[in-house]
Amino acid sequence: MPREYVLHRTRTALGRSIGQPPDPAPPARLRIPETDLEARVASLFANVRNLAGKTHRASSPADARAYVAALIGERSAVASNAPFLRECGITDLPSVRSGITSQEELRALCADAEFGITSADYALADTGTLVLFSSQQEARMISLLPPVHIAIVPSGKVLTGLDELLAREPLPAERSSSMLLITGPSRTADIEQILVRGVHGPGEIHVIVV
Amino acid sequence: MTGPQQEKIRQTLDDANLQLAIYSATGRLMSHRQAVVAPEVLPDYQELRTQAHLVKQHAIENLDHYLEQFESQVVARGGKVIYARDGGEVVEFLLDLAKKMGARLMVKSKSMTTEEIDLNERLERHGVEPVETDLGEYIVQLARERPYHIVAPALHKTRYDVADLFSQKLGVERETEIEKQTKIARSVLRQKFLAADIGISGANFLVADSGAVVVVTNEGNGRMTTTLPRVHVAVAGIEKVIPRAQDLAVFLKLLGRSATGQPLTVYTSFLAGPRREGEIDGPEEFYVVLLDNGRTRLLADREKRQSLYCIRCGACLNHCPVYRKVGGHSYPWVYGGPIGAIITPQYLGVTHDPWLPFASSLCGACEEVCPVKIEIPKLLLALRSEVIKVKAREGQSRLERLGFRAWAWAMRRPRIYEMLGFMGSALLGGGEGWIRRVPKLLNHGPLAAWLSQRDLPRLPARSFRQLWRARRKAGEN
Repeated sequence: MPREYVLHRTRTALGRSIGQPPDPAPPARLRIPETDLEARVASLFANVRNLAGKTHRASSPADARAYVAALIGERSAVASNAPFLRECGITDLPSVRSGITSQEELRALCADAEFGITSADYALADTGTLVLFSSQQEARMISLLPPVHIAIVPSGKVLTGLDELLAREPLPAERSSSMLLITGPSRTADIEQILVRGVHGPGEIHVIVV
Repeated sequence: MTGPQQEKIRQTLDDANLQLAIYSATGRLMSHRQAVVAPEVLPDYQELRTQAHLVKQHAIENLDHYLEQFESQVVARGGKVIYARDGGEVVEFLLDLAKKMGARLMVKSKSMTTEEIDLNERLERHGVEPVETDLGEYIVQLARERPYHIVAPALHKTRYDVADLFSQKLGVERETEIEKQTKIARSVLRQKFLAADIGISGANFLVADSGAVVVVTNEGNGRMTTTLPRVHVAVAGIEKVIPRAQDLAVFLKLLGRSATGQPLTVYTSFLAGPRREGEIDGPEEFYVVLLDNGRTRLLADREKRQSLYCIRCGACLNHCPVYRKVGGHSYPWVYGGPIGAIITPQYLGVTHDPWLPFASSLCGACEEVCPVKIEIPKLLLALRSEVIKVKAREGQSRLERLGFRAWAWAMRRPRIYEMLGFMGSALLGGGEGWIRRVPKLLNHGPLAAWLSQRDLPRLPARSFRQLWRARRKAGEN
């Protein structure tokens, strides 16, 4: 059996026996700086813009809604089922489709939509990253298939960085089958090292903090 | 060195365009990296490297434990783990799966491990169409070539090469603008993503405490491959396992920075099992194939097992003066550059390409930039000594050994040494310049071969000893 073969060879190579507990692991290294909310949001925005993403600080949910409405106009958009989007009134916008729970239906919509609108479970200030756990509220495809991704994040979800995320969520797999980190628009430099945005994922990203 | 490699190296050195392409691409990757690991931007860079080294060391030294932990976590989340001793068993598993599902088309995100086992060719032979979806990989797949570089597979192709390739293979109009070429690839591959039943990814990390596969890409090909098809299969070497999700705080920071100079790569997917109850999308089935293919043999070597710490960032390739001249296709296997020079002989056996560990100046740049601190020069030396031992056992290089022994004998006898020096200097016409410029004596026989890639200064007209004596004499007067 390949399984027994590989495990047996591994143990033999290391001089270990079946069921032998591991040596003590080096402690995980997490460093979380102390910064206030405004500094975190400023840093998040600076990093998103540095990656050619767009940012907007919304003073209220209505302001967030107005920004999105102006951005999409009458073009087609798919919004996730995140309650925060409903609270902001984004799901009521005329060209926005939301509340979809069927994979097939969502797939067809996302394949044609010009905008995908999601919330985020966290944002990471020091890299300009959005963190999304796949769930009933957030599907994976909405931030992936449409050419533009809009994320609306409550300010309380802005963390300092990856270390703080993993301190809060030491076992992401307990929560979801998929934790996704998105740092800027999709990009490539595979031909002559020339940067091109929007290969398979969205080429444009908007991060709105409310 | 064997024929095809020597030929390839010669071609690469003689191709001015290619030289420029390699030099500028690797140079750019070097400066991008430098900009994000500099002490002013990342003061704890060296501490991160040390931590990464310690965690990898710990994971490898206790690999059986972490493999079993990983496996039980995957199973607990509804996924399956398949062990494969070699590439053949990976192919067998995938073909069985394809047959069961009636699948003809597989989309692939970038994976060096599947390159290692020639997965694409082997699947094609059985009527399955594997499609690479990373732009660079897609280009080399269309060209039916091997990736030129671990993170920049099509580094050797210009936009004009790509224009020809796309028009020939995809039947599109010849397009030389890179942005438009990318759009063409996007739309062709989008259809493949939507049609494929099986998505094959590699794994940058396997997380033992979570049963998770971590896939990192910039284009989103990793996400597409693991989101749209009904089945996701990750193919990974057994050495990819790390103990905890929290360790990613160290590894993700180092990987993006070392590979492309990004503080984080655009997309990091942390995938634990198939779609769960209530989740709207994601694959229905989730498999992880754990590949040995020579790794347990490597593991048995206490000193060299650190080669398994590699996270495939490609930084050692970019910084290697040898890689930067000979390029990625001059190496005998899929892994080029310094890391290729140490793992190829260990996976395939030192006698497979005995010259490989010698193709290095031992300058140490690779070790200095390695995010997990693999002591590459030290391992190259260890491999050299293994090659020599094997050669000696097989009675090869007898002449070389004889030469060095004679040299050692003479070195211990100052008078004889001086006499030989005097003779040499007389014979080779002492003075300035290089020995190769003295053709008559060295144009034939074994020395000529040895000197074809090496040279020595001519022996000076007066030896050090002579000068010393003269100086002493002058001082006495």
